[in-house]
Amino acid sequence: MPANRFNGFTEYGVGIGLRIPHYSHILEKKPVVDWFEIISENFMVDGGRPLYVLDRILEQYRVVQHGVSMYFGSVEPLNPEHLKRLKQLVKRTKTPWLSDHLCWGSVDGTYSHDLLPMPYTFEAARKTAEKIRQARDFLEVPVIVENVSSYAEFHVSEMTEWEFLSEVVEQADCGMLFDVNNIYVSSQNHDFDPMDYIENVPHHRVAQIHIAGHSKYEKYILDTHDHPVIDPVWRLYERAIELIGPTATLLEWDDRIPSFEEVHGEALKAKQYMPVERSIPANPAIAVHSPAGAEASA
Amino acid sequence: MNLDQIQRAMFHAVRQPLTGNDGMRNTAPDGTSLRHTAEQVIKRNDRLTSFERLEIYNRQYWFRMISSMSDDFQGLRVILGDKLFHKLVISYLVDHPSTSFTLRNLGSKLERWLHNHREYVAGVENIALDMVKLEWAEVEAFDGEAWETIGAEDLARLGPDPLLRLQPYIRLLELSSPVHDLLLRIRQRRRNADDDAPVRRLPARSLPKPQKTFVAVHRLDNSVYFKDIDAEAFAMLTTFLREGSISEAIDSVDWAGRSEEQISAAVRDYFAQWASLGWFCRPA
Repeated sequence: MPANRFNGFTEYGVGIGLRIPHYSHILEKKPVVDWFEIISENFMVDGGRPLYVLDRILEQYRVVQHGVSMYFGSVEPLNPEHLKRLKQLVKRTKTPWLSDHLCWGSVDGTYSHDLLPMPYTFEAARKTAEKIRQARDFLEVPVIVENVSSYAEFHVSEMTEWEFLSEVVEQADCGMLFDVNNIYVSSQNHDFDPMDYIENVPHHRVAQIHIAGHSKYEKYILDTHDHPVIDPVWRLYERAIELIGPTATLLEWDDRIPSFEEVHGEALKAKQYMPVERSIPANPAIAVHSPAGAEASA
Repeated sequence: MNLDQIQRAMFHAVRQPLTGNDGMRNTAPDGTSLRHTAEQVIKRNDRLTSFERLEIYNRQYWFRMISSMSDDFQGLRVILGDKLFHKLVISYLVDHPSTSFTLRNLGSKLERWLHNHREYVAGVENIALDMVKLEWAEVEAFDGEAWETIGAEDLARLGPDPLLRLQPYIRLLELSSPVHDLLLRIRQRRRNADDDAPVRRLPARSLPKPQKTFVAVHRLDNSVYFKDIDAEAFAMLTTFLREGSISEAIDSVDWAGRSEEQISAAVRDYFAQWASLGWFCRPA
């Protein structure tokens, strides 16, 4: 059963990001994985290996799209070419939902390719929510937004980050991709209690959770996705699951990527916090014959 | 400040080139005080000033851009060495920042830009320009569109002088030296190298000698290959970049000194090979 009305895919279980160093392993060994998350922009191309690999993956696995450059928070309008290509990809993957970030990153058609933080103002919330609605209407698929890690706070902010996130998703009437690592990173950079964040968002709107590792520097933490998940982040995840219920969860590992087994093993640690019966494998027929099937099957 | 003003101010600062020590400049070339921008827009905390917090984004922007260009133009990077390559990339991106939602297109204007900024590749102008042309062709061949292939058997069934077109992902290059061989050598040498390790400029003795070279950058089983072709093949294949007939292709070549039989045999061999590689497709 879905945990909430924005999370019709509670039973998706635990997935990992589909990354190039793992392609051959996945295509040859066909490991049991509940689902893969793809970076949409990497597959919004006309042909060649990216689409070939994606089509092979789609034959075996459930795929969910995650974007990095929609920039709902940018003042400028959504990019029609981006939307057109994204919709083509949505039709190809049949992604059950689509996520992107609650951030901005472009001005006058020039892109930073970064996830720049929002000033937490009512004006920003209204404008961002409007763009999320426009994207959802065009793409005809549920759109959910992810909280980002940040290293800066704005003088003009009128509310906390979690209040802003709540304001945006309520106004857009959309779901959330709750990134508990990002909450941890921002809490360290901005000196707030991450549990306040976890406990004070509309839990009924959480459709997916991200977990990841990060890098600690002398004066701040960077969201680098190049390490295992640390214990404090697992504790935030545990609390989030208590409050939200079983939720599709994904481990992000984007740099210094270790073996498939190591990444998947790290992701599967999330299952200890979720009732086992809630998660089923992507392909039960494969799971029956796999040692991992017992852990993953219903 | 409203949302638009904040985003313009911050974006302007984030895109300013870094200092020699990879820090944020105090003042942008247009005279804007970035320290003032930071203090106006961003709060300080007990560990970082407003300037230092904004600097994190400024650094991330350039590290990401240079990393992306290094991935796509590994050959150019090795020809120039890191110091000159970074200088070139920064200057190029100041003139041509990304206007695409994907970093895949970041280098799309580099060849044209470099033609007008040869000072960045002084001493190796032709080789550098050829390498950029080759590496960008590879980017396009990697994920370009493919249409329905006309195989060797289909070709025979299409009549005496059919219209053909090259697959849209194929790029035909006329180069002043065999930089494709150099690029393959560079890749072989750097196969196990750490991408973040510094790259020194390639010695002049390692650069290829000038030699007119024709290369088809194509795809087979979703991998990109460089195929040496001769001048006749280059001329004929160019006919098929847009829809063209076989007779037009043959007429595009100066066959002086060859007998009818030799020409027929050569044409048969060319077409058999190209068809077997899946290079022909049906015109739209």
